[in-house]
Amino acid sequence: MTQTNTIAIKAEAVVKNYGAKAALRSIDLEIPTGGVTILLGSNGAGKSTLLRVFAMLTRIDSGNLTIHGLEMMKEGPSIRANTGAALHAPMLYGDMSVRENLMFSASILRLPRKDTLIYETAEKVGIQDRLEDRVRSLSHGLQKKVSLARAIMHEPSLLLLDEPESGLDGRSVNQLDQIIAGYRSHNRTVVMTTHIIEHGLEIADHAVVLQHGNVILMSNDPITERSAIMNAYASVGAKL
Amino acid sequence: MTDTILVIWAIARKDLVLEIRNKDVVVAITGFALLVLAIFTFAVDLSQMNAKLIGPGVLWAAIAFAGVTGLNRAFASEIESSTLEALLIAPISRDLIYLGKSLGNFLFITTAQIIVIPTFAVLFNLIVFRWEMVAICMVTAIGFSAVGTLFAAMSVRIRAREVMLPLLFLPVVTPLLMAAVESTSYLVNGGTWGEMASWLQLAIAFDVLFIVISALIFQNILED
Amino acid sequence: MNKVPGYLDPLLILSTALMGCALYLIFIWVPTETNQGAIQRILYFHVPIAWGSMLGIFVVSASSILYLWKKDQKWDRLAVSSAEVGLTFGAMMLLSGMIWARPVWGVWWTGEAKLTTALILFFIYVAYLMFRSYFPPGTQRQRIAAVIGVIGALDAPIIYFAANLWSQAHPPLITGPAADADSTLGSELGIVLLMSTFAFTLLFVYMVQARYKIRRSEDDIVDLKRATTTPGVS
Repeated sequence: MTQTNTIAIKAEAVVKNYGAKAALRSIDLEIPTGGVTILLGSNGAGKSTLLRVFAMLTRIDSGNLTIHGLEMMKEGPSIRANTGAALHAPMLYGDMSVRENLMFSASILRLPRKDTLIYETAEKVGIQDRLEDRVRSLSHGLQKKVSLARAIMHEPSLLLLDEPESGLDGRSVNQLDQIIAGYRSHNRTVVMTTHIIEHGLEIADHAVVLQHGNVILMSNDPITERSAIMNAYASVGAKL
Repeated sequence: MTDTILVIWAIARKDLVLEIRNKDVVVAITGFALLVLAIFTFAVDLSQMNAKLIGPGVLWAAIAFAGVTGLNRAFASEIESSTLEALLIAPISRDLIYLGKSLGNFLFITTAQIIVIPTFAVLFNLIVFRWEMVAICMVTAIGFSAVGTLFAAMSVRIRAREVMLPLLFLPVVTPLLMAAVESTSYLVNGGTWGEMASWLQLAIAFDVLFIVISALIFQNILED
Repeated sequence: MNKVPGYLDPLLILSTALMGCALYLIFIWVPTETNQGAIQRILYFHVPIAWGSMLGIFVVSASSILYLWKKDQKWDRLAVSSAEVGLTFGAMMLLSGMIWARPVWGVWWTGEAKLTTALILFFIYVAYLMFRSYFPPGTQRQRIAAVIGVIGALDAPIIYFAANLWSQAHPPLITGPAADADSTLGSELGIVLLMSTFAFTLLFVYMVQARYKIRRSEDDIVDLKRATTTPGVS
């Protein structure tokens, strides 16, 4: 039981198939609490599927998955209460303003002090001047930021990010790094995929390399094991 | 308990705000239903006897076909912007998502009925403005949205969902459709509550059964 | 693994034998019913086939519930096999019923409660199978299909109740020799129907298990394909 305090996500023989297509083939993985874990791999390696599984958007075919020691299938709502996710699509209503989108999420999450909370969160990601804009009129990068704001609004202990830096300019990437650093310092867990591997390795505490739905490398010290990770990454045929 | 109601209402309210802005669903239902009614005014001879005989059937067939078109839109928009996933990530149980979306759809169908039924009364020269009609419209709208929300959520990942949704929806709601048509027939012929009671009871039983079953079963269909 | 040729399947042999007995009883042994004439013999097929299609719905819904509960592939296979066979029986039921109704009732079709119910259930199971072929592969397809299977069965009694209420208000238009007029057949009718029902039930079971085996092979092929292909290469 003490394990549950140090292991954020524990996957045992997790399998997900779509007909003849395998997305995840028997994934065994332990993601420690309090730190940044990056998932690396070429397109179709299973990174996004794995994030969707952690976010409970995709149901696994077999295997076991626990998040913070809670069993995924049984305690869905209490796991999701502590999970925030900004995945590939921004998941926002185009015809509502940024504020309305965040307000809707806040009411679904049953959060108190919604107005101040929305402003504070928007400030963190740097969208406080765009609160009244319709989401449809925002650029892709800004939509990503709104999506991030929605994911961190309730300060979840597990944050899932799918290529969060895509579409962001240099200053925004710094803001993102600050948010992630803040998460780490509060002993919260971040699991993210990235396509900028150098940047990813700089901020990561743990790295996982996936290939064809399998974990081929798991490193708890990405700085010193950098070359091994780069080799594994190169061997799966991904472009650096 | 109040928390639950607030979440359901938040989802429905969000749908209403979006609907007021882009008018996708209600316009689709109303426009389609009015068109069917208009076509029937010249497709069949609407003498006074005929109107009473076929009017109720035409009305509810029009609303059923139009409703299924609108329900398709109501869920398709959640998929196109992946916002359904945002609902799924939220720490609410799936039945609340179902109830919230159903409530929104119920309000859309009711709004469409408020426009369609007076037009029907004018085009078919029938008197339908009675309390009984409100009851018939309510039970039908509840049943349509209960079943329609479930099936619309099931069909969203199908490319041919415009075909699939009516094929699933219409046979299942047949009892409700019969109830609506028969009660309306009694009504245009000056019938009383007592005459349509068994039909209204049937419709209410249908509504209750499908709301409960769909809410229970909804958790099985959303995740891929 | 299985060296016994398909035609030696004991279920097939038994159902063929029973079907032979049933055919003998229907066409040779039982005397012609005097009110309706030879056409009445269709009932000896129609009733057992209708029973088979009802059995199909029952198996679909029961195995759908079991699939949702246990998440075991075998229940999904049984549901889809039973739906396909049940739908075949349903089509035969509708056709044989119409052929019988035309001379006896004077109409091919009428709004009688059982007919309406049968037709609507037929459509629900057509939708069930269409859904399965349209939806992208994965367990979501199986879960949703199971939900449709359950909904169809739950709707059946309501449809019947509504259709019954409806036909009371709109009496069916029947002009031919009344179907329900006292039959000139007594116990013979019961014996033949019983035998024929036995034969068709066994045929149903044989067809479902044959389809189930094919389904399992199809699933095995998909598994093999998945195991042997290396994604990302193509």
